[in-house]
Amino acid sequence: MTDLADLSIAEAGRQLRAGDITSIDLWEATVTRIAYTEPHLHAFLTVDRDGARAAAHAADAAFKAGEDAGPLQGIPIALKDNMCTKGLATTASSRMLEGWVPPYDGTAVAKLRAGGAVLVGKTNLDEFAMGSSTENSAFGTSRNPWDTNRVPGGSSGGSAGSVAAGAAMGAFGSDTGGSIRQPAALCGVVGMKPTYGLVSRYGLIAFASSLDQIGPFARSVEDAALLLEGVAGHDIHDATSYRGEYPTFSDGLDLGVKGLRVGIVKELMVDAIDSEIRSASRAMADKLADAGADVVEVSLPSSEYALSAYYLIAPAECSANLARLDGVRYGNRVPADTTDEMMAKTRAAGFGPEVIRRILLGTYALSAGYYDAFYGQAQRVRTLVRQDFAKAYEHTDVLISPTTPTTAFEIGAKTDDPIAMYYSDVCTIPSNLAGDPSISVPVGLDTQGLPIGFQIMAPALGESTLFRAAAEVERLAEFTARPLLAVSKETV
Amino acid sequence: MPVDIDIAKVAHLARIDLSAEELAQYGAQLSVILEYAERVSSLPTEGVEPTSHPLPATNAFRPDVVTPSLTNEEALAMAPEAEDGYFRVPRILGEP
Amino acid sequence: MAEWEAVIGIETHVELQTKSKMFCGCAVAFGEAPNTNTCPVCLALPGAIPVPNEEAIEGIVKIGTALDSTINKDSLFYRKNYFYPDLPKNYQISQYTFPVCEFGKLDIMVDGEPFTVGITRVHMEEDTGKSRHVGEGGRIHDASHSLLDFNRSGVPLVEVVTEPDIRTAEQARAYGAELQRIVRTLGVSDARLEEGSMRFDANVSVRRGPDAEFGTRTETKNVNSLRSLQRAITFEIDRQIRVLEEGGEIIQETRHWNEGKGVTISMRIKEESEDYRYFQEPDMLPLEIDEEWQQRVKANQPELPAQKRARYVGLGTDTHTAELLADDPALGGLFDEAVGAGADAKQAGIWLTQEVVAYLRREEKTLSATALSAEHVAELATMVAAGDLSSTASKDVLNGVLAGEGTPREIAESRDLIQISDSGFLDTEVDAVIADNAGAFEKLVAGDMKMIGFFVGQVMKRTGGKADPRLVSEMVRTKVQG
Ligand SMILES: [Mg+2]
Ligand SMILES: [Zn+2]
Repeated sequence: MTDLADLSIAEAGRQLRAGDITSIDLWEATVTRIAYTEPHLHAFLTVDRDGARAAAHAADAAFKAGEDAGPLQGIPIALKDNMCTKGLATTASSRMLEGWVPPYDGTAVAKLRAGGAVLVGKTNLDEFAMGSSTENSAFGTSRNPWDTNRVPGGSSGGSAGSVAAGAAMGAFGSDTGGSIRQPAALCGVVGMKPTYGLVSRYGLIAFASSLDQIGPFARSVEDAALLLEGVAGHDIHDATSYRGEYPTFSDGLDLGVKGLRVGIVKELMVDAIDSEIRSASRAMADKLADAGADVVEVSLPSSEYALSAYYLIAPAECSANLARLDGVRYGNRVPADTTDEMMAKTRAAGFGPEVIRRILLGTYALSAGYYDAFYGQAQRVRTLVRQDFAKAYEHTDVLISPTTPTTAFEIGAKTDDPIAMYYSDVCTIPSNLAGDPSISVPVGLDTQGLPIGFQIMAPALGESTLFRAAAEVERLAEFTARPLLAVSKETV
Repeated sequence: MPVDIDIAKVAHLARIDLSAEELAQYGAQLSVILEYAERVSSLPTEGVEPTSHPLPATNAFRPDVVTPSLTNEEALAMAPEAEDGYFRVPRILGEP
Repeated sequence: MAEWEAVIGIETHVELQTKSKMFCGCAVAFGEAPNTNTCPVCLALPGAIPVPNEEAIEGIVKIGTALDSTINKDSLFYRKNYFYPDLPKNYQISQYTFPVCEFGKLDIMVDGEPFTVGITRVHMEEDTGKSRHVGEGGRIHDASHSLLDFNRSGVPLVEVVTEPDIRTAEQARAYGAELQRIVRTLGVSDARLEEGSMRFDANVSVRRGPDAEFGTRTETKNVNSLRSLQRAITFEIDRQIRVLEEGGEIIQETRHWNEGKGVTISMRIKEESEDYRYFQEPDMLPLEIDEEWQQRVKANQPELPAQKRARYVGLGTDTHTAELLADDPALGGLFDEAVGAGADAKQAGIWLTQEVVAYLRREEKTLSATALSAEHVAELATMVAAGDLSSTASKDVLNGVLAGEGTPREIAESRDLIQISDSGFLDTEVDAVIADNAGAFEKLVAGDMKMIGFFVGQVMKRTGGKADPRLVSEMVRTKVQG
């Protein structure tokens, strides 16, 4: 018998509506799984047992009363701990915000609550979403459910790991340079970054405002589409939120790829990408061609510079975004004789090394005399990256590439080499710079038994096509493996 | 161009109190990262407009409508120190 | 050597009186309990992001239009980064390159001379919170700690920057006064200097004559009245000249106006120049104020103070009366209505700016709290013009109307103030007086024009003071020529 914690959201929804199971059943299966996996994974910073139970009861009462707020009603969902939740601690994995309880819900969170979702708890991340391994959390490293000596990726490592392990049926994270897709790839789940502006950023603790997007983690493409539908839409609280219409994402999932024009990105199939990953991507491209897609090679010449541009733009924005953490109005404070000293000591003690590194980097890149060479030039390169994409989309519908240059690496392997760590996001960053949607779908395991992610990118607001292509990739990959941790309950 | 950074000045601008040792360490790391990031300067970008934002839209406004504020208690609940309805901080030196 | 000349530029911050703040829905209110108008956005809580208030943008377009500025179709918000405890985000959302308005001007009159002040730019930004320094005397330097109130944080603020066109403290004051009138006329701000909803910073330098290069300038802050603006600039000009004449040097610095001592005081000199690390605000989309928006604001622009003053003078008031009327929207409005109802402009202007203002001051009332209407003013003017009421009596009647005793005619009648201007009756009276004073009349005929007063006085006596003296005087003259 399947453990309810391993159901897809779509299947759980059918069973809930058929009256075969209750939301409380799902919550109990999930909390049982959390109890089992959490000591190995440390995916969560907070598990809201009482709040989740109350939400599950409320969902069951709603079903009973014939009220249906949509596909997420009664579904246990985890949230990255940089999404503000009213009354529930939100730390962004920083000492600075340890114990901080927001007086407000972010818009995505409010939409999930309104949609009847059961919010399980808050997941671990790299401090302020800066990192690719979750090792930068002030509250301990999360681990990869496929191999607990390895990282789950980051920065949304806790969200990715929890979904992979069945500790949540779906989760949300944020993606600034790959922080959803990279951990999804490393944990063998689907992870998706929507078009910039599709999901409100209100209540998402900002890292780099022009790049940040909230997006879903799921164990299937369909579930990812349902999760995204639960949080997308215009928001008066976010000036950068998209105001137009967009199609329903989950509608075209079984249309296949016949006639779809697919471009494989040359610059992301180079030697620096692990050869097993490249061959898995190549094999998937071939399968797509066999399935009727028109696969061609495309070039994004500026993408080589995307990583460099990103490591100027994101730190510059973060240096201002994190300035509000000064010990004056909230958060932790290091006492001092003057306010100026108090701020400087509070920030030195409250931020971890990676955050300090990026704040300093961004401060420098914006400072007088360097702005044009660094920040200004990076923004012009961003334009070139966007132009490359626009040109590629003149004759393609979606682009494909590996999601990451390597599969999950060992804890500590890259902590002393920032540039090696930054390189983890080389394939994912271009979509952030362009503001385009992008998804990672697991397509197989490498020889070490670690998941390989396959990335699909689409032009802005091309979510429908993106999900359609992703659903076909999912069918063609026939990826059914689960981490031992998720199934070991039965095997031990 | 070798990247030469007045790291103490940068740390002061960012209001992060670092020891001499930490400054040296961060300074060295920043040099390496900036040398890598400087690759951006090798791309010719004459006449290229900078992108500071991915959305091709303008004028996102809110109407001039008053919405409920936090109560004084809610606002100060988070404060490291409060006094008489105010946030309290140590003495402030100088003007902005 | 050429005479010293001052070079002055003024930066003015004007708080807009929108209902809600610049980037959040908290109320814009003055004098409420601390930290009661705050929210995640204006306290800069993690995750909160700003959304601009459309009415505030409308407000700056109005100001820019009134200052004859170019309204830039495309403009951008920037982050101005500096740490200060009253600035919750530790950056201020402001504008940098591409402000909403540039290249404007303001025409003022100083001592009857027209003078034009160039406006460099008008940009949109947000206000900070307020700090209170606790301990010894509440002064910043010897405070034990400080208390912060963020009710003002995020109130929309418009900054108006002039060219260094101003040469005297009087011009500076006239500029400040006219700018204040304009924003009040536009209805975008109450511009109260004492409450800080309008604030001036004065940049002052001196040089040897108009052809010399600009000297080093200082910036004086904390100027909270028009009088202080003039005094602070005068002090600063004198101080700089003295320093230079004594062979000293002016340091580029920020100075603080001490109202009590009447001096500017050096504030801490910054060891390095400020590095604000401006960059385009990624939480905000660009502003696009298209032709249609610009035209709509222009079309709806109220009559500006200068236009109003010119119109009043055109109607027949003197310059001073025109200024007084233009400065007071209630008084000016009543004036316009009264003239519309047929009142003589010159007479109505004098009544309103003298008798009425004196009454309001004495009774501590506002105009709307009195019974005075435009029809009353017109009726009163008609009575005076028709000779039914003497100009002295008109003042009594006006006070009666203000006090709610009735219409001018009712009051004049009940107080028995109606003049006799029946020329047939007065003719017989004049003849009778001449007959009684033949000797005096001969003197008059001989050219002693002083005697006219004597005859008018006699007629007034016979009529119990009710004769129209102007009419009587005319009649006596006619008799002389006769
Ligand atoms: Mg300013
Ligand atoms: Zn607010």
